[in-house]
Formats: sequence, structure tokens, C-alpha cells
Amino acid sequence: MTVQETVLAIQKGEMKAQEVLESHLKTIQDREEEINAFNLVMTEEAIKEAEKIDSLVAEGKNPGPLTGIPVAVKDNICTQGIPTTCSSNILAGWLPPYDATIVERLRDAGAVIVGKTNLDEFAMGASTENSAFGPTRNPLDTTRVPGGSSGGSAAAVAAGFTPLAIGSDTGGSIRQPAALCGVVGVKPTYGRVSRYGLVAFASSLDQIGPFAETVADAALLLEVISGHDPLDTTSIPEPPLDLSSALTQGVEGLRIGVIDELSGGAIEGISDDVLACLEKAVEALTSAGAIVERTSVPSTVYGLSAYYVIAPAEASSNLARYDGVRFGPRVDAKTTSEMMVATRTAGFGDEVKRRIMLGTYALSAGYYDAYYGKSQKVRTLIMNDFAAAYEKFDLLLSPTAPTTAFPLGDKTEDPLQMYLQDICTISSNLAGHPAMSVPFGQGTDGLPVGIQVLAPATDEHTMFRAGAILEASNQGQS
Amino acid sequence: MNERISREDVAHVARLACLSLTDVELDAFTNQLADILEHAADLDALDLETVEPTAHPLPLINVFRDDKPGEAVDREKFLASAPEVENNQFKVPPALGEHS
Repeated sequence: MTVQETVLAIQKGEMKAQEVLESHLKTIQDREEEINAFNLVMTEEAIKEAEKIDSLVAEGKNPGPLTGIPVAVKDNICTQGIPTTCSSNILAGWLPPYDATIVERLRDAGAVIVGKTNLDEFAMGASTENSAFGPTRNPLDTTRVPGGSSGGSAAAVAAGFTPLAIGSDTGGSIRQPAALCGVVGVKPTYGRVSRYGLVAFASSLDQIGPFAETVADAALLLEVISGHDPLDTTSIPEPPLDLSSALTQGVEGLRIGVIDELSGGAIEGISDDVLACLEKAVEALTSAGAIVERTSVPSTVYGLSAYYVIAPAEASSNLARYDGVRFGPRVDAKTTSEMMVATRTAGFGDEVKRRIMLGTYALSAGYYDAYYGKSQKVRTLIMNDFAAAYEKFDLLLSPTAPTTAFPLGDKTEDPLQMYLQDICTISSNLAGHPAMSVPFGQGTDGLPVGIQVLAPATDEHTMFRAGAILEASNQGQS
Repeated sequence: MNERISREDVAHVARLACLSLTDVELDAFTNQLADILEHAADLDALDLETVEPTAHPLPLINVFRDDKPGEAVDREKFLASAPEVENNQFKVPPALGEHS
């Protein structure tokens, strides 16, 4: 059953929100111990929410476009009075004093928030192994990672714990885990979804977006969470998206460019089975009437280097607030500065420390121009190259991740290898453009491959047209 | 681009970032940061002389809210998150007179 079908069934009184919730809670009970998708399952709150939805329906009211749908929310998004940990010890016991805007929008749409999902600490990672709550496992093969950093949200949808989930994407943290878990994941245009209440990692790159089993369900969730929010000054002043017509419009006549650098060109390390799936995706779009050609976006080659200066630089500044003064736990010491060092040293995990130090170094006197200044200029080059490509093409196409899901522990000792997981996704964050991952085919290991559809800023509509065709073609093959 | 980052550089950066590292951690972080920065040296191949930097992907500037009184935040609620509070203020250990 799609989300939309479930919503209609509950609204017509054919099903109860409480029944829908119960069946999902049962699935969670069966497999959560093995998967560890959640930092917190909000059983009691969810039951109350579902009861409320059912009584609204009984009164003849319409609770909204997500009536009674269980949703999982990444644990770096604030929920008032409910722990929000960022999977870090430095926020242990902290209860946010307010709800994120998207949490309010989910409730206003009739959704039932079921829990807070695991992530790489402060969303820094590509495997959900850097978590104070232990790793999340890939529901399709529990010896493998689910990707990251929104690995808990991707795994929750893939395991059937919730039909929808919310993630955040700073360098690929929605799209890469979506690809590795075989679900749909969308990073909207920067500013499309309010960041109010999203714990900041790299503020010029962070964006909240949906996970779903299907493209249509992802579109529905994105419609609900998108739209202007005065509480976020970087929010695009436009109404919520309307994507319904995109799902049936097809791709006839659309011009789609396959990014050469990410499909066997300049960037190495993209596996052959992933590239084979990309070829099949090109065939599918071509037979649906799109004009697909290879094209070059030359500076994508430099995206990774620029990102791993810019994101840590912003993080080193954003994470300065965790000092044991205003929130979170404190490690006592004789003086304030000793207390701050002791609190931060005990509270942050290794990857967060690594990025804070990398960012601090890149911003420090004598190195600013060589690293941060240079990276900001590369960001301009990437935006220019995309602009040039979008003069010739409506959309761009690439793999989402260089490989299928890798074994737990495979890359934890070598941060640079882990960072390379983001090679295909990072440039969209630097440019602020939307991109989505749609499952398409399988690797030689039988695990899913994701194909990434990229669009120019604010053109989610055209992006979803291609996403819908890829999904239909993939289902036709399996 | 630059010389490989040294153990002393990393120790200095850790101090700036208010982090304390053990000797073993210092060795590991030095190697890892050096590898990452070495990868970033590929940017040296680019001629960036005439390129303007981009700090932010959106052209939004000077976003103001409407000048209307709204609800003030609840002080109690925010103070409730703090490790130590006295007289409606965040309390910390002695900060003055300490040697840095």
C-alpha cells in the first residue's frame, strides 16, 4: 500500500491510524534489536498521536495529507521535551525547548512521529558507525552498513519500520544511505525546507529532506515539509512544492546529461556494477523519450577537496557552542576553560574531533587563503560549471554512491576512504542544487544501486519526472 | 601546497578548539589530517586568481522579519537545559584570574 492509499483508507474510516501504527510498532519490535535504526522509539507519544488522529477522523475532520502515517525523524532535528542527541554524548540528556519547523509541519499534516533515528555523530560520516548509540545495520544485509549519515532513517524505511522518514543532507547524507538501503532519498534545493530546529553542522550546506519507499511517497512528504519559514532566514520565500503532476508527466523531450567525470571519466573508484546500472538507467530514460548525452562538469573533480575544507570549517564554528555552559552535560573542573576542554574532550567522538580540528586549521592564520579561501573559489567554479551544463540540459545524471553497501568496519580506520563515499553527491550541496537517489538495479553482490538525478536550483519538479520514470522502469525489470 | 601538517601544528589546533589529546591520539590525528590535507592539495592545480569566492549558495540578503511583537522565549525552559544555574543565570566555575 502506498502512503497515499493508506491516508485515504484512514480518512474514509476503512482503517484506523492506531492499527497502522500497531503493525509498524510490531515490525520494529521484531527487528530493531538487530538493526538499531532508532536512538529512541516514542511508543507512548505515537499511540497518543494516533488516537488523536482517529478521533479527528471520527468527528468528520481531515487531519491532513499524511493522516495517520508513521514517520521517523533523524535525531539531529529538535523535538520539544524529547531527547535530541545527534548521536553524541555531548547532548546526552538534553531536552530541546522547542520543536523544529518540520516537526510542526509533520504534526499539522496528520503524521505520527514514531521515533528519533540514529546517525553518524552530528551527521559527520557515511556509514552510521560513528554513533554514541552504536552502529545501525543495513536491513538488506546486516553485515553491511546502511550508509550515512542518515543511516537510521534509511534503514527505518528499508526495514518497514516506517513508510516515511526525515533525514538531513550536508554532503550526501540522505542520498548515499538511500542508495545503499534501496529506498528513495531526496536532497531539496538549499532553502527549500526550513532548517529551524535542525542542529547545525555546516550551515551553508545543510538541508532537510525525505526518505520513502517510492518516488510518489517522497514527493508527498517533501510537499508537506517544504515552503517558506520566517524562522529560517535562508528559507526560500516560496509556497510549498506541488509535485503531483510531475509523477505522471514523463520525460519526453527532456535533455539529460550524464556527468562524464562521475561515470567512468576523471574520478576513479566508481565500481563497474554501479556503472552498468547507470548505463541501464540511461537506456530507460532514452526509451521513455528523453535525449540523453554525456557531458562534462569539470570542477566536480575538485568538489571533494573543497567540501572537506568548507564543511569542517563551518562545523568548527557551529560546534563551538558545546562548551558545558548552556546545555548538555558538563565535566567539572577548577576553572571555566578547563571545564570546557574536559567537557568537549569527553563529549565528542573521534570523527567530530577530527573535523573540528581540520576546520580550525583551515581557518587559522597563515592557512586561511591556502585552504578555506581557495575552497570557496572552487565552490564558485562548481556553480559556474553547473550553470553551463544546465544551459544545454534540463537534468544531470550520475551514480549516487561509488559502490553498494560495504561491510561494517571496512573504512572506519581510514577517514579519507570514508569521505570518498560522498564523491558523487557533494557538488550538489556546494551549489545548493536539488538531487535525488532512486533505486535502480543491483550490484554483483545482489545489493541495491542508486541512480542520482540532479536538477538546477528550485527545479525539483523536473527532477521528480525523471525519478518517476526510473522507478517505473526499475520495477518493470525486477 | 604546504608542508605536511606537523604533530606540533595538530597540538596547537587542538588547543584552539578546546580539545585535549593523548599522545596516541595526537599521532593518529596528525597522520589522518595530513592525508586529508594532502588530498586537498589537488586544488593547487587550479588557476583561481580571478575567481570570486562563494560563501553561500543563495543570493538572499538582508532578510528581516516583520516588526511585530511576538511571543518571547520562556526563560525557565531554556535555563532548564543548563548544567548549573543561579539567579536566572548560567553558572560556571571561576573564569577570572586563571592562567591560560
